[in-house]
Amino acid sequence: MTTADWANVETPEEKVSYLRAGHTLRSWLFSTDHKRIAILYLLAISFFFLIGGLAAAAIRIELISPTGVFLSNDAYNRAFTMHGIIMVWFFLIPSIPNTFGNFLIPLMIGARDLAFPKLNLLSWYIYVIGGFVTLYALIMGGVDTGWTFYTPLSSLYANGHVVAVAAAVFIVGFSSILTGVNFIVTVHKLRAPGMTWGRLPLFVWSHYATSLVLVLATPVLAITLVLLAAERLFGLGVFDPSMGGDPLLFQDLFWFYSHPAVYIMVLPALGVVSELVAAAAHKRVFGYWFVAYSSVAIAVIGFLVWGHHMFVSGQSPYASAIFSFLSLVVAVPSAIKVYNWTATLYKGSISLDPPFLYAMGFIGLFVVGGLTGLMLAMLAIDVHVTDTYFVVAHFHYIMVGGTVTAFFGALHFWWPKITGRLYPLAWGRVAAVLIFVGFNFTFFPQFILGYLGMPRRYHIYPPEFQPLHVLSSAGASILGLGYLFPLVYLLWSLRNGKPAGPNPWDAKGLEWTTPSPPPKHNFEEIPVVTEEAYAYPPLGEHSK
Amino acid sequence: MTPLWPPIASHYAAHVDALIWWYTLVVVLLTAPVFILIAVYALRYRRGRVADRRLKTNSSILIETSWSVIPFLITVAFFVYAAMLFFGLHNAPANAMTIDVEGKQWMWKFEHPEGQRELNDLHVPAGVPIKLVMTSQDVIHSFYLPALRIKQDVLPGRYTSLWFKADRPGRYRLMCSEFCGTDHSLMGGSIYVMQPGDYARWLRTAGLDASLAVRGASLFRALGCSGCHTGQTGSAAPDLAGLYGRPVPLSDGRVVAADDQYIHDKILTPNRDVPAGYPAAMPTYAHQVSEDQILELTAYVKSLESANGGTRP
Repeated sequence: MTTADWANVETPEEKVSYLRAGHTLRSWLFSTDHKRIAILYLLAISFFFLIGGLAAAAIRIELISPTGVFLSNDAYNRAFTMHGIIMVWFFLIPSIPNTFGNFLIPLMIGARDLAFPKLNLLSWYIYVIGGFVTLYALIMGGVDTGWTFYTPLSSLYANGHVVAVAAAVFIVGFSSILTGVNFIVTVHKLRAPGMTWGRLPLFVWSHYATSLVLVLATPVLAITLVLLAAERLFGLGVFDPSMGGDPLLFQDLFWFYSHPAVYIMVLPALGVVSELVAAAAHKRVFGYWFVAYSSVAIAVIGFLVWGHHMFVSGQSPYASAIFSFLSLVVAVPSAIKVYNWTATLYKGSISLDPPFLYAMGFIGLFVVGGLTGLMLAMLAIDVHVTDTYFVVAHFHYIMVGGTVTAFFGALHFWWPKITGRLYPLAWGRVAAVLIFVGFNFTFFPQFILGYLGMPRRYHIYPPEFQPLHVLSSAGASILGLGYLFPLVYLLWSLRNGKPAGPNPWDAKGLEWTTPSPPPKHNFEEIPVVTEEAYAYPPLGEHSK
Repeated sequence: MTPLWPPIASHYAAHVDALIWWYTLVVVLLTAPVFILIAVYALRYRRGRVADRRLKTNSSILIETSWSVIPFLITVAFFVYAAMLFFGLHNAPANAMTIDVEGKQWMWKFEHPEGQRELNDLHVPAGVPIKLVMTSQDVIHSFYLPALRIKQDVLPGRYTSLWFKADRPGRYRLMCSEFCGTDHSLMGGSIYVMQPGDYARWLRTAGLDASLAVRGASLFRALGCSGCHTGQTGSAAPDLAGLYGRPVPLSDGRVVAADDQYIHDKILTPNRDVPAGYPAAMPTYAHQVSEDQILELTAYVKSLESANGGTRP
């Protein structure tokens, strides 16, 4: 669309918004508009979040009693396996990048779309195919290996649909790779005039770092899953000790992907929180370059710490010592971010609207998750608490307390931009508090359970652990309610919400210069950037 | 009553606890400022409240360096201490007593130096260094003793080892902590830390029975008993764990004790004296097993007394 066309449109906000550029199903399913594909992703991952959440509900209900309530041992094992696989690969990894990254990166850098719009659509279709294969495996009876697929349990002993699930994860990996390539090229080639690397929003920096990990780590997972399937189907023997293979090789390969995958899940969340904190404080982020480069540092060092999952596996103790030390090193850039966010709030003009409550909740939960991660990096402590609920609590603080909280923060911050509507802010605050409280009730007791010696993946457990499990399950019901709340008022706002206007939070950033929802091609004219990111006006001596 | 701290059965465990207490204290001191400042700033600088918001700087290499390097150096000190404990765990003393451990779906087998064998329970003398040499018959398991704060994965086709010196006599949990399939959560028992004199007595009296039980266990599978007596809730046949010596309510309202005779009779004439709540569905094994084998099966059923941690009444 040329500039002349735009000039002829009477009310550009209404008529050419991306939401109104075609109403047929076809106009959505074959759209190459990054914003529409972001919506497609949002719908798809919400569906899988629901399925994974139902599995979590089954687990928490089952653990109310030390002898189980409804499920057999096999059914329980299948439930936690599906919970892990769906949440990791079909929700957490695509969650922020494929929805908000997709929607916002072109808007933030002043581009009309991603570099490869058709590749972007293909990425979604690959994700959906992978999702259907997972659903097929689930309906056929599921799989009971845990999401980690350790050999030789997965290759020789497990009875479930291991190959189908491995195929699903293999397929969805290509969707990750395509998205990563697309983001990297977009950030390099499509920045608007004046949008230098030093002016990029920190959200874009963290997605750039995430994309590097997506592109470099995912192929290793693909190779590992192919070897696993070949072992199960054809008796290849790479991991089978009776044929001279090594089951620990599987763990090395798996964690070489899966530890960086933790950063795939967390880095975008860190980017979201940097945006939210700056907008909440109405102030430039303190130490912009430190925050930006810390994302890159996390992505790089994150490739060198996978052995900290294997301290008790039979790995050489010297290797364990090196991995332990590097795990402390990788914590430094994360700590830098937390300190810088805190410093950003200093002398800001701090809004307590819902997105910013999520951001502060994120900081609290991420700090607890990070510090318990430092405990797990300590060799002698890890020997006791690895494979217990301490680990379960730790990674849920990072992935649920961190990533999912940031996802909800992003949803509440950019919802007016995406839909053009405001939701009721009071309800938003209630949901943010419910989620924070429910989360802590659910997962803090699990740290204690773990230190007491409650192993993870136990259907039947010693009765002295019951009170803490009941507390955890009670908290999970609050958390579940907290997650359902936004579903109600956000959907309600689609019809009944007040029009948001281009910039309801009075925030900086190119995405807020477009109408809400943005027109199909984002910018009437490609903007020329003349200032740094977060160039809020300085605040005075008696400012409010 | 839920304990809030696990039992401490060794000096090593006390060291690990001290490490985690000190480390927790330090990280709380490092992060408390973050939480307090966020709360203070959110109140003092909330939008709409008049305050002095003039800023001198928005970036400082000095500040960035100090808040990243100082916490890092503190954690490195803890890293060194934790690594020293860890290396100690991998260097068993030369005079350690060796016990062989074999993991298989879903039980632990132990063999003492004098040849006594045990299933799921492990008896060890207090104050004596014990070295476990471990392997797995099938998948990866992990041998976990929470009261000693130690665990080690047990691999097929490879030996791993773990050593400890338990100081406080008592009975503690022993578990599998690496997911190993259907009955992973039932794969455990107890470790009995005994005074050396008690241990010597136990070796004399308990060895034979334990090895009977091991043979009984393989019979139990070979005869297909484990197909119905799965030990799971909802299976077709009663759970035998903890059965021995317990009163059994029968379908005709009587209650009998599950002693040797009862187990013997159930194997040969299963449909007499059927337990309440179960169908009379078990076939007889009268022509398949010898009395010797029944003794072995009985010893196995007895050994199940403390499977699952011995917590059932």
